[in-house]
Amino acid sequence: MKFGIVTFPGSNCDYDAFRAVKDVLGAEAVYLWHKSHELQNADVVILPGGFSYGDYLRAGAIARFSPIMQEVATHARRGGPVLAVCNGFQIACEAGLLPGALLRNAGLTFLSQQVILRVENADTLFTNRYAPGQLLRVPIAHGEGRFTADPETLERLESEGRVVLRYVNAAGQLDAESNPNGSQRAIAGIVSAEGNVMGMMPHPERAVELVLGSRDGLGIFQSMMAQVSA
Amino acid sequence: MSRFRVSVHIVPRQGILDPQGKAVADALHTLGFRGVADARIGRHVVLDVSAVSPEAAGAAVREMCDRLLANPVTEDYEIAGVETLP
Repeated sequence: MKFGIVTFPGSNCDYDAFRAVKDVLGAEAVYLWHKSHELQNADVVILPGGFSYGDYLRAGAIARFSPIMQEVATHARRGGPVLAVCNGFQIACEAGLLPGALLRNAGLTFLSQQVILRVENADTLFTNRYAPGQLLRVPIAHGEGRFTADPETLERLESEGRVVLRYVNAAGQLDAESNPNGSQRAIAGIVSAEGNVMGMMPHPERAVELVLGSRDGLGIFQSMMAQVSA
Repeated sequence: MSRFRVSVHIVPRQGILDPQGKAVADALHTLGFRGVADARIGRHVVLDVSAVSPEAAGAAVREMCDRLLANPVTEDYEIAGVETLP
């Protein structure tokens, strides 16, 4: 099984994702250059974090028009798995692969910290190795992570079980202090209607080994591995 | 074809939390501008474009807004002016 990790100008989590996939998960990984039109037979595409194209105009707005994104969109339309992390989530929303938008954090500051996530749906391509309600410690590092969508979209996401991860406190409960960026309904991660594209602001690739402070993010990669190679 | 300078305002949609606008509104209140009910911070984009008419230039910029310059989920835009360039 092969993971393709897209490198945009300004990506800075592509190496972390590569290491998580290759050295920790033990799967094959290749970098996909933003100007390329070729996914190199990758089974899974990762849109990594960073500041693609300087985040000019809006985060993710320009990256969406990269040549490689046409291939990623085609891959996604065919049901191919796409994991979009942080800036990748912003790009996926701008590209229309996921609904909603990620706006400036409610507190205006860039946030780099550990958060606690609750697994809201453990029956997805990306979370099947977790238990429902399981709590994960994973870092965030973003200035624009406030998930926002219109009320109809939010209702649809909720009713279809597409809110996959939420920010919670250590007891696993929702409260305002534990929602770091003011996301609507404390949403940290969602999946597409077909379930094959997941966007999340927290960085699972930075939580795959104990030396990083947590290995709770590894399950995201193991889940994809279990499902895609099966 | 003539050349036109088209300016467009792009602002966060009303009802969507704009923390930057809120911070500015709070600062204005501190300065004593009690009359400020709301502030929203957006972008002002100025484009020099070639088109057959001012209407065509405006239509082209509206399409640019729909496809790139504004986020249809969270922002509204309006053409602020179309000026014919010499």
